[in-house]
Order: sequence, then C-alpha cells, then structure tokens
Amino acid sequence: MADPTAILGTMTALGAALPSASSFPWLTVITFGPLIGILALMLIPRDQTDLLRNTALLCTLGVFVVSLGVLVHFDPSVVAESGQVFAFQLTDGPVEWIPALGIHYYLGVDGISLWLVLLTTFLGPIVIYSTYSSVDEHVKEYMICLLFLQIGMVGALVSLDVFLFYIFWEMMLIPMYLIIGVWGADQRIYAAVKFFVYTIVGSLLMLIGILYVYFETGGAGGGYSFMFTDLAAVDLTYNEQFWLFAAFFLAFAIKVPLVPFHTWLPRAHVQAPTAGSVILAGVLLKMGTYGMLRYAFPLFPRALKTFAPYIAIVATIGVVYGALMAMVQDNIKRLVAYSSISHLGFCVLGLISMTPQGLAGGMYVMLAHGISTGGLFLAVGILYERRHTKAIEAYGGVAKSMPIFSAMFMIVIFASAGLPGLNGFVGEFLSLLGTAKSHFLWFDQPLVFAPESVLDLSATSGEGGIAFGGAMQGLPVDGQVTPEMTAYLFALVAATGVIWAAGYLLWMWRRVMFGPLDKEENRNLSDLGVREILYMLPIVLMALFMGVYPKFFLSRMDPTLNDFLQHMKTEVEREIPKSETTQGDDPETVPPARGTVIVEEPNDAWVPDRPMFDEDIREADDEE
Amino acid sequence: MEHIVSVQFDYYLGLIVLFPLLGAIINGVAGPKLPRRFVHWIGCSAIGLSFVFTALSVHGLYLNAHEGDHGPVYGSIVYDAYQWIYSGGMELDIAFILDPLSAVMLLVITGVGLLIHIYSVGYMKEESGVWRYFCYLNLFCFAMLMLVLGKNMLVTFIGWEGVGLCSYLLIGYWYEDDSNAIAGQKAFIVNRVGDFAFLGGLFLLFYQAGTFDYVELYQYATTAETARLLAPVALPAAILIFIGCTGKSAQIPLYTWLPDAMAGPTPVSALIHAATMVTAGVFLIARLHFLFTFNPTIGYVVATIGTLTAFFAATIAVVQNDIKKVLAYSTISQLGYMFMAVGVGAFTAGIFHLMTHAFFKALLFLGSGSVIHAMGGTQDIREMGGLKEWMPYTEKTFLIACLAISGFPLFAGFFSKDLILWNALTNVHILSVPEAASSATIATLINSTSPVIESGGAVDVTTWASAFHWGFYLMGVLTAGLTAFYMFRLYFLTFRGECRADEETREHLHESPPSMTLPLCALAFLSLFGGWTGWPHFIPKGVPKWLGFGGHGHGGHGAPEYLDWMLGFEHWLDEAFVLSTSHRFAPLFGSHPYTQELIATSVSVAVALSGIGAAWAIYLKNPGLPKEIADSVRGLYDVLMNKYYVDEVYNRVFVQGSVKIGSFMHTFDEVVIDGVLVDGLAWFVEQLGKILRHLQSGNVQRYATYIVLGIVLFALAIRYYQYF
Repeated sequence: MADPTAILGTMTALGAALPSASSFPWLTVITFGPLIGILALMLIPRDQTDLLRNTALLCTLGVFVVSLGVLVHFDPSVVAESGQVFAFQLTDGPVEWIPALGIHYYLGVDGISLWLVLLTTFLGPIVIYSTYSSVDEHVKEYMICLLFLQIGMVGALVSLDVFLFYIFWEMMLIPMYLIIGVWGADQRIYAAVKFFVYTIVGSLLMLIGILYVYFETGGAGGGYSFMFTDLAAVDLTYNEQFWLFAAFFLAFAIKVPLVPFHTWLPRAHVQAPTAGSVILAGVLLKMGTYGMLRYAFPLFPRALKTFAPYIAIVATIGVVYGALMAMVQDNIKRLVAYSSISHLGFCVLGLISMTPQGLAGGMYVMLAHGISTGGLFLAVGILYERRHTKAIEAYGGVAKSMPIFSAMFMIVIFASAGLPGLNGFVGEFLSLLGTAKSHFLWFDQPLVFAPESVLDLSATSGEGGIAFGGAMQGLPVDGQVTPEMTAYLFALVAATGVIWAAGYLLWMWRRVMFGPLDKEENRNLSDLGVREILYMLPIVLMALFMGVYPKFFLSRMDPTLNDFLQHMKTEVEREIPKSETTQGDDPETVPPARGTVIVEEPNDAWVPDRPMFDEDIREADDEE
Repeated sequence: MEHIVSVQFDYYLGLIVLFPLLGAIINGVAGPKLPRRFVHWIGCSAIGLSFVFTALSVHGLYLNAHEGDHGPVYGSIVYDAYQWIYSGGMELDIAFILDPLSAVMLLVITGVGLLIHIYSVGYMKEESGVWRYFCYLNLFCFAMLMLVLGKNMLVTFIGWEGVGLCSYLLIGYWYEDDSNAIAGQKAFIVNRVGDFAFLGGLFLLFYQAGTFDYVELYQYATTAETARLLAPVALPAAILIFIGCTGKSAQIPLYTWLPDAMAGPTPVSALIHAATMVTAGVFLIARLHFLFTFNPTIGYVVATIGTLTAFFAATIAVVQNDIKKVLAYSTISQLGYMFMAVGVGAFTAGIFHLMTHAFFKALLFLGSGSVIHAMGGTQDIREMGGLKEWMPYTEKTFLIACLAISGFPLFAGFFSKDLILWNALTNVHILSVPEAASSATIATLINSTSPVIESGGAVDVTTWASAFHWGFYLMGVLTAGLTAFYMFRLYFLTFRGECRADEETREHLHESPPSMTLPLCALAFLSLFGGWTGWPHFIPKGVPKWLGFGGHGHGGHGAPEYLDWMLGFEHWLDEAFVLSTSHRFAPLFGSHPYTQELIATSVSVAVALSGIGAAWAIYLKNPGLPKEIADSVRGLYDVLMNKYYVDEVYNRVFVQGSVKIGSFMHTFDEVVIDGVLVDGLAWFVEQLGKILRHLQSGNVQRYATYIVLGIVLFALAIRYYQYF
C-alpha cells in the first residue's frame, strides 16, 4: 500500500514551496503570526463583526499552514549530542535579549514540542470558526484574546530560554482569564478568579525554582544564563533537587490538573464559552504535562525517582476519581471536564513510568485528548447553541433530529472512550503498558504467582530438571524478570478507567442522544450547518487518522523520547558523591537506587531517517 | 505454527478485511442519498466478495499442504499490512495470519454472514434508513474478521472492541425505545469489564514475553529457556484473558448482557449474538492454547465455568416465554459447552461445536425472525402455536435446527456435542496424572512426549481430577437433556398444537419472502450435513473393520479415502493443536477406546431422545400439564423465571454502588477539597490580610509605635545573638 506519509508529504507541498529550513525563521513566524492578525483586527471597526471573524480565521489558518512547514522540515532522525537532554531543531537564535541577565531569545522544537505546537495551530482555526455563532458581543476583543492566547501557548512550547518560557507561560493566563470572565456564563467571575489565582500561585513557586537554578548557573566563573541547556548542566545536590522538583511539579500539577489540585477546572470549564473550553482542555492543560516532561523531570531526575511512586498514586487516583465524578454529573460540560481529569491521569502515569511505551503513551494521550475532548466540547457547544442548556435531562432522542451531528458526536465519544482504531486507545494502551512494565515506581517486589518455597527449590535445581510437584507450580525467576507488583497494580487500577469511561460517556450519550424524542423543544433541532460540519470534520478525521496510523506521529517523537530516557537513566543511576550524602541532615533521605529507567532503542525501520521534505533530494531532482 | 509459507496471494487476507470496511464506509457516508436497492447490493456484495476471497485463500492454504509427522501440515499465510505502533522494543503491525484455525472462523463468518445479509434484505424491508443497518452490519464483519485474522493480540483486540461497538450500535438500532438503548449500553459496559481484565492479561504476558505476536508467543512458550519464564505468569495471565472471554462470550459471571441484547433486530441476534461475536472467546482460547494448557488449573477453571454456565443457562431457558430469550439462554448454554471443551484441552471439539452451532443457532434465530415477522412483532410463544400450517419452510428448517441442537443422530450438533462430552470425560491433562506429573519437567510440556501418552494405554488420574472430569461429563449430559427439552418445548409451542394467536394476527400470518427462506434452507442444509466431517471415531475406524474393509490407518495410509473425509475436521485442525494433543493431554481410556466411545454416544442419544419425548409429552400431549408443574414448584419456577435474580443483584451492587460512590465523591469534592481546602486557604489569606492591614492604617502614632518596637526587638536580637 502507498505510504500515507508520502501522501501527506505531497499534500503539504506548500511547505516545500516556502523557503528552505535554514533560512526561514519558522518558529518565530508561527509564534508571532497571530500578532499580524491582532494588528489587523485593531484597524477594523468593531461593528464589522464578519470581517473581524474572518480576519482572525484567516490569520490562524495561515499560521496552521506555516506550521506544516515545521512538520515537513522536521528531521526525526536527529538525536541529542552527548551531554544534552534534547536535540532541538529549526532553532531561531540564540539572540541575546537582555545580556546583563543572561536572557536570550531562543526558539526550537524537538519530537515532544513539535506535535503540541501542531495541535495548537490545528485547533486555532477550528476554535475561531466555532465562535461565529456563539459570540456576538465584543467580537473584536474576543478575537484578539484568542489570538493572544495562541501566541502564549506556542511561545511556551517552543522557547528554549526559561525566562522566555516563563513570560509566555504567564501570558497564556491573561487572555484565558478574560475569556472566562467576560464571555463566560453566570458565575464567570468566580470561576475566572479561581482559575487565575490558583494557577498563578503555582507559577510563582516555579519562578522561585527557576531563579534558584539560575543563580547556580554562574558558579563556574561564567555569567548567569536562563538558557535551558545551561540550566540542565547545573549540578544540583539531592536536597536541592528535592525542593526544586516540588516547586516545579506543583506548578505543573495545578495546570494538568492532578487530583487534588483540580477543583478550578470543572468551574472554569462550565463557565467558559465553548472556544475557551476547547483551548483550555485541548492545549492549556497539556502545558502542565509538557512542563513536567521538559523541565521538572530532566532537571531534577533524582528527586523524581523519590517522588515517582507518589505521583503515580495521585495519577491513578485521578483516573478513577475523575471518572467516578464524571459519572454522576448532570451537566454535560462538567462531565467532560471531569473526564479530562481522568484522561490526564493516564498521561501522567505514562510519563512517570520512565519506559519508552509509557512516555510515548503519555505524549499520545496529550495529543489524542486535545483532539477528542476538543471535539466533545465543540459538540456540547453545538447543543448549547440550540437549546441554551447544558443539563443532560433537558435532552433525549436528539439523534433522531440531528443525524449528522450524532454520527460525528459518536465518533468523538468513542475516541474519548478509548476504542481501538480511534486516537484515544493508542495513548491509553501505551501508557498502561509502559506503567505495567515500569521499574521506576517504588519497591522492586517481583510479581510471582508461586509459593516462596518453590522459588527457593528451583534456584538450586539444575538445568531442565524442574519437577512439577503438583498441579499448581511456579518456576524460577531470575532476578528482575517479572513485573514490579506495584507498577503492575497501578496499571491495573488505572485500567479500570476503560470501564468507567464507557460508563459515563455512554450513559450521557444515551440520555442525550438516544431514547424517545419526548421533549417538544428537541423535536425541531436543526442539524449541523455547513460551517459546523467544516469545523467538526477535521476533528473527526484526525481522531480516525491518529487511531489508524499512529506511526505518523509516534515515529517522529520516538528518537526524542529515547534521548530523554537515556538522559534520565544516566542521571538516576549516577552514583551519589559521598560528600553529598553526609551533607544533608539525614542521610536516609537519599533514596537507595532501586529500579531504574528502561531504555529501548527505537527500531530503525520505524523512525524516518530524514525530514518529510528533504532539501538535498529536491536539489538533486532539480539538477536532473 | 512455525511453518509459515509465503505465497503469491497473501494480500487476499487484506482484501477479505477491506471489503466489509469499504461497504461500511460507502453505506455510512453516501447511504442516505443512495436508493434502497444500492444499499442492499453494497452491503451484500461487500461480505460476498469477502466470502469469495476467503474461499480462494483457504483453498490456497489447502493446496499448500505437505505431509508432516502428524498428518498433513498446512502452515500459515501471513500478510503484513503496515506498521501500527512501535515503541522501544514493542512492535505491533497490522498483520493477518491465515492458518487452519482462522480458516474455519473465516468461512463461518463470511459464509453465515453472507446468508444473514441476504436474509436482512427481506427482514428489514419495512424499515426506513436501512443504510445505517447495513453500514453497522458490514462494520461488524470487518471487526470480526480483524479479530480472527489478527497475527498479534492487538489486532485481535481491535476486532474485539470493534465487534463490541457494532453490537452496541445494532442492539440499540431502534434507539427511540429507551429499553433498547439501555440494553446496548449494558452490553458495551459489561464487555468493557471483560476487556479490562483482558488488558491486564495482555500487560502481564507482554512483560514476560515482550511480544504480542501469536507466532512469537508460541515460540516463546515452546522453547525451554523462555517457557520457564512464562510459567509463573501463565496462570494469572490466562485467567485474566479468560475473564475477558467471559465478557465477550457471555459466560458466568459476565453473561447478563446477552439476553438483553435480543433487543436488536433478529438477524443481528443471529449473526452477532449467536454465530460469530459471542464465540470470539472460544476462538481466543484456542488461539492461545499453548498458554491455556500450561497449567491444568487454568483448564479446570475454564471448563468449570463453562459447565456451570451451560447448565444454569439451560435451566433458565426452560421457563422463558419469549422466543428470542429462549434462544439467547440456549446460546449462553451452548457457549458453555465450547468452554467446557477448550477447558479440557479439546480445542478441535470446541471449534467444531462453534462451527455447527453457528449453523443451527443462526438458523434458529433466523427462523424465529421469520416467525416474528409473520406474527407482526409478537415474540411471546404463548400467543403462537400451530404455525406449521402457515409457514412450511420456516417450520421444517426450524425443526432441523432443533434436532441439530438437541444432538439427534446424524444432525450437526450430534457430532460436535458428542465429541465435547466424550473429551470432557476422557481428555486429561498429564499433570493431573500422578504417574506423569512425578517425572514431568518443563520439557514434557513443550517438546517431549510423556511416556504416559506414548504408551497409548489407559491412565490413572488423581481423584480430584477424576471428579472434575466426571462432573463435566455428567453435567454436560444433563444439560444436553435439558437442551433437547427446552428446544422442543419451543418448537411444539410455536409450530404445533392449536394456534393461540388472535384473529387479526392470524389473518396476517404468511410465509416469509424467498430472500428470507433461501438462507433458511441453506443453513438447514448445513445443520444437517455440516457435522459430517467429524464422526465419532468408532464409526470410521470401527465400522469398516466389521464390514471387512480392514484398514484404519492414521492420516490416510492405505485406508479408503472416505474414512479420512469422515474425520476431515479433526485432521484439518490437527496441526494447530498438536502441542496439546501430543504433549499435554492424555486419553483416560487409552488411545483406541471405541467401545467406551460407543457407550458414551448411546448415552447422549438416549438423553436427547428422552428430552424430546418429555417435551412432547408435556407440551403437545397434555397442554394443561405445564401450568400444574409450574404451580407445584412455584418457588423454583419463580427463581428461574427471574433468572436467579442475578441482574437485580448486579444492578444493586455494581451500578447503584458506583453511582452512590460517585455521588459521595462529588459531595466530598465540593465540600472538602474545594470548600475547606481551597476556599479555606483563600479565606485564611483574606483574614490574614484583614489583620495585617492594620499595620498600614495611615495613623502616624501607630507607625511610631511600630518603629520603636522594631528597634527594641532588633537591639535584643543583637544583644542575645552571640549566645546562640
């Protein structure tokens, strides 16, 4: 069969028509592209709402097309040099921005941020297009907020200078605060303030952490620097790592959000307008998990080893807790909000497992959740626009009056429920698989289903001479060959999520879409219009594509994840200097090195060995 | 299994799967705009083409055979479609494998599937929007084909969940009725419970073996060094996967969804909930036979669950009055037989029964559909009776199916059920034979033949194992009697005796159109002759000898050709399960127990006949008797009528329980986490601010006081600092 990669490569021929990778500042253009739109919007009179909307749409579409250029020029085969955590590509900079403080303007992508950037630019036009009918007041400001938000999100993903990252990170808050607070539902102010204050508390802790590491960079005689690579090179003691990790992780855990820091999320979602919810669930939450992967984990690996089991507990609780909460909600939007908490539990669990499968799974959950939950919120928005209520009981039998909508909604629902063949499954499966085989979570109690005595006996017996004494016998275990009981149990408990997800989603679906069409108001609901089909269809198609052909995404992130795991393994297994253990008040706080990161080289036949659009080949073709 | 041939037509496997998918996509996207006739053609030709390519592929596989140690070896055909998920050391392709086992499944799915598609054209005639129906039906075939063709467990899992989805969609096909929607939802969620366990088993297996590929897993489990590593997790992994199977194949404890699933259109019940999807669990265990026979405990668990399910479902079926509910419980019961078979290591028997059951149970459902169609939607057999008069084809084919399921000699069910019962009694795991177990090593289980099997003589098993086997056999025979009884109760009440329908219905009674009766006839043919490929051994081996033909050579050495053919099914699957038959299981009565086999067969025939006779005596001869019997054992009758109250208990405990916990958590979330902790912190900060704001009151005298206080404290600090 034809390689879909090649097909997509030709589809994005626009990328090829643009200037070559080295000379064109791709990332700067993508990040600040919306700024052009903002400027244009400022010049348009506020009563020309159609023009305002179309300008914003055009701008985000343009940014999306340019971002495809990043995709086609991205070379998956690039691996990190020794001593580096990540291999960044298509870099812009570093340009000194505030030399006195060691602050740079430096952008770049790797296999992790690439897909999140594309997710952001992909959702951008969809979100704008979905607001055409839902927001009629202050359209100009609304569009500016949405565009501003996109700058913040993409900027935070691509910046390689921590100071720059922090600016973008905080920049996301303000437009989101306004979107909830101005265009939200009845209790919007309360929700907006809660969202703002909660996240900023976490961010400030992180800022303190950043500054601490920053002041350590200058130790070796050189000047201070905020560059990520410089920060990663700092040698921190275990105690330092412990507290810094806590500060960073709290900021990200609030953003994700992990239980018990989640209470801002359902409120924010319920009050936010559809576009706000889509972006919040689709991209903003991923900033937390992205931050963990990019900053908290690689900067403080040994502290991570100590925290890992506790994070795994919290994540596992989150999966079940979020699902149980989702089940009893009577408001569709609240239900979807709680389902996000459940899904991101899978994501964090996968990331924390420190296995190739777990990491890839965690990354894939981020992307898949962005698509499918984005789709769910859009669907809820479509219903809300027709009936002006989010209460489940107000609906019933809608499938009859809105068949096209019901088909699309159903695909999104099943994507979210993790049906194989749709995008949700790939991520959840990989996360759980990675967790089950993890060596990183807690004690190394092997999982053996045989009496202790049999194991002892078999250890002494020779080759091939293991006698079966009875019907139920076990056989020998060489060291760590069976799963860690703890890690496997985490995976098993989290795997109940597949039951819960089916429970709350299908129950909601049945009450909203199936059943008799007995409410007068629902009888004449109009089915999707052309515009609504146009913005739902990309979501649905993407959910299918990501489930059917995950190679396109996974193979381009695997080398980066492998680099990351390699780094983590070296750091976690590094011997702790003696001076360091005696330095702390209590030597016991240094964790014994039990269990470690699992590194497996990606298969060569899997990872593409060059960018989708290879300039050398183009030049060679030109010469012929 | 190690023998993989590469042949020219391997891409046929891809096409087999692709056609139904294309059919589903075309009908799903363009269906509403297409004329009805086109929709029918697309739906039927999609599965038809699939059937054609299946036949071609299986024929190719057959031609590919060469002689091996244990008779012909067919090997397998493999087709890699594309790389799906790779991650680190894990490699998952979308890949298909055709071997004798999947060949049987494929023929059943596409063959019976095609007949049911054709039947549906007539059955769904009065429905509008039939494109949706054919879209789902094709999608189901696609998923089911993925399930059986998958070369690794994940492709199987795609199909596994895919058939669950289609089952959900088709049960809730008439979703305007809340009860149908609820039934579909129940089916999906109960199946998800099984899938959860399945995933758990997958993780365990993958951790140990590092692969999901069936061929690689087989090698892993049959190489001494690696098999030893697999042994500790074989039991839990197999049990978890088996729980997954109980979900899909409606066994205790996850069977409750299947009776409710009858809410779907009747052809759907025939295809999904009788012939194909529900047998997926049996197929999966057969696929993983090397894992499930690793440890005898697994087998006993599987067979016990199967036997209990067979029996309890049969008892419930005796009192049901809804024609489809009777068939549903009968399906559960028959699936129990299949699990009994695979539990005792008789995989060939299990798959054989799977095939014959697909024929006669599909026929029964389609026949009941024909009846429901004629009755204008009524499903209650108390309002039927005497339909023979109006529906000759339906009646005759239904009778054939009833005879087949009851195990009447020479009908399909007779051969397969008999083989299962015989194996349940005699097929013993060598680790339950003390003589073999004492000297058993890991090699005994994977590549060397135990002397116990080699000798070919009768074996002594431990008492508890013997008890289990006799238990399986006796329960199986008892269930066979019950089966004959309730099936003929159904037949007599529906087609014989007085017609109890009201005048209006009676006027509309009619035989169904040819598009419905033709599939009935085709399935009746299969129900009659479909079992003739697996005769009890004493017939082809023993009878010719008495008649003076002489030879009974193994695999056709010098024997007349028809003798091979009479055991064709067994020979076809021999190779697939050779590991179990030659290394892991021993025959209780030795290798040629023709006399015992003859006795066992006679017993089952006698039991089946008495079941039929009892049904005749009670329901046809004395129509007043059933009520009297029911009254005399009112308590038992009520328990059976209410299906042992399992649904009620599940609902109370699991469904209501989860919702209650969720509600409690919701309150906890609002009050404790958000209220006390989050808002409490905010309140605390606010209060602190209220206190601290007095520091900045604008009152100069206060400022002066603070300054003085500060200076004093500072001085004190300096004064005492040196003493620290």
